[in-house]
Amino acid sequence: MSLNYLLKRLGTMILVLFGVSLITFAIVPLLPGSPARVTLGVQATPESVAALERRMGLDRPLAVRYLDWIGGIVTRGDFGESLISGSPIGDEVLRRAPATFSLALVALLIGLLIALPAGFLSALKPGSARDLGVSIMSQVGVSVPDFWMGILLIMLFSETLGWLPSSGYEPLAAGLWPWLSHILLPAATVGIISGSIMARFVRSALLEVLGQDYVRTAHAKGVPRRSVLRKHVTRNAAISIVTIIGLQMATLLSAVVVVEIIFAWPGLGQLALTATLQRDYPALQAAVLLSAVIFTVINLVTDVSYSFLDPRVTYA
Amino acid sequence: MAGAAVTTRGGTPQARSPGFWRRATRHGLVIAGGAIVLLLGVAALFGSALAPLDPNQMDFSALFAPPSLAHPFGTDEFGRDLFSRILHGAVVSVKVAFIAVGISAAAGVSLGLLAGYYGGWVDEVLMRVMDVFFALPAVLLAIVVMAILGRGVENAMIAIAIVYAPIFARVTRGAVISVRDREYVNAARALGQSGTRIMLAHVLPNAMGPIIVQTSLSLAFAILAEAALSFFGLGTQPPDPSWGRMLSEGRAYLRQAPWMGIFPGLAIMVSVLGFNLLGDGLRDVLDPRYRGRR
Repeated sequence: MSLNYLLKRLGTMILVLFGVSLITFAIVPLLPGSPARVTLGVQATPESVAALERRMGLDRPLAVRYLDWIGGIVTRGDFGESLISGSPIGDEVLRRAPATFSLALVALLIGLLIALPAGFLSALKPGSARDLGVSIMSQVGVSVPDFWMGILLIMLFSETLGWLPSSGYEPLAAGLWPWLSHILLPAATVGIISGSIMARFVRSALLEVLGQDYVRTAHAKGVPRRSVLRKHVTRNAAISIVTIIGLQMATLLSAVVVVEIIFAWPGLGQLALTATLQRDYPALQAAVLLSAVIFTVINLVTDVSYSFLDPRVTYA
Repeated sequence: MAGAAVTTRGGTPQARSPGFWRRATRHGLVIAGGAIVLLLGVAALFGSALAPLDPNQMDFSALFAPPSLAHPFGTDEFGRDLFSRILHGAVVSVKVAFIAVGISAAAGVSLGLLAGYYGGWVDEVLMRVMDVFFALPAVLLAIVVMAILGRGVENAMIAIAIVYAPIFARVTRGAVISVRDREYVNAARALGQSGTRIMLAHVLPNAMGPIIVQTSLSLAFAILAEAALSFFGLGTQPPDPSWGRMLSEGRAYLRQAPWMGIFPGLAIMVSVLGFNLLGDGLRDVLDPRYRGRR
């Protein structure tokens, strides 16, 4: 992997993030009605709205406002203040981030626990009944709305069986079971869906490797099946599988946004939706900008780790 | 959701190649998906005529009635017939999906055609702009657009169109690049035909394969997205029946009326599955490189 490639990718990433920041910033000037109006409510006089707009700096040129906004974020992590609660959004985001990330990680774990065995089972016997079963599972997985999956799990495990709470969040510090019982349903909602999607990719990654000459050679020279699978197939397929996980993280985070809302999970997705519904623009901007940063960083790491894991991959 | 773009892997799918219809009509996925899509089409076109009851008619003698002969899918908290509401919901879903995908295909295909055919700085600029859109999670991008435009079903269509246009652009660009240097395109150029004419008459028809596949897959995701936006109260507004809204209403009554949480979701899933199967099947048929791989 050349340093040149890494630098070029970093450059592109910064350009993309600059574009994203422009779009995110543009939310406010594009909106009907000014943030000052939102803060003061519909009954405020035009004079008081204008006064607050001056105080918020909304009467300055757009370019100045953009530089001021982005400068505050980059240098001080200052995303401004919530129009609804008046508290700094940076703190709010930091408070919510662990909830979102723990949900995403547990969901990914559940997804892999489904995708890896299912992918192996179907790839080792292509065309078999279990292969068909996995492929049906994948098709259904792509088609199930995540919010409906959440509802179904709530109906089964909360309403009918009464095993798990249907909403809320407990930090790990509160104890293992309180944390686990709350995280299990939302994480399973995302995990089951992304796991059944990933199973298909794991399958084709394995099939790709199983068709290689060195696998046939290993079989021919009498290497036991188990160790062919372990040493030759799994290790070579691992590269594609890592890429799949990286690409899946993007979809997974999208699903987490939705699922957080259903399960009243106090994360960044919920922040984005309530900010939209209450027209709390600085909060919405922060949520959008941060998810874009996370998104692009994950993509970069996926690409780079791909070439790191497989020395044959070189980027000109 | 944005990860669903079609990769052509350098193959040149031919929508006009001989035997397309014969192969398509014998392909299992195409048949299964096509049948579901056809059923959905019938529900959307004739839903209001087929529905046994008015979807908004309340019946206070049958609140939360479980599924029965009179109400196949049960009734909701106002005694409205869920079966009739779901049929009417099909009209909304299909309308939103087709208009949204129509807009995004028109915009995305034009941009992709320009970028792929001309290359150079046009390509560079358009694709970097698309990268910016790809950097946002699909749901979040739709929510942002809804925040700017306000709630409502028309705005939901625009939001969905904006989310999927970049995918169409990328898919079209890839397909165009694979055909732009073919002999027949060079011949047309040698004959002195204009760029617009070459693009529309020679390049686009031969790049249609991946675009058709992407259209089917995007319809699936547009139905999902409309349902999600309506579920969050941003899309279709009451009292119009919409699958997403019916689910969010049903959430409050999961214990006494589980059917309210089951049937609308089932309707969404089956419709989405239909378009997904059709899209995957068409990809198999149109792209020889995919044949036999799955």
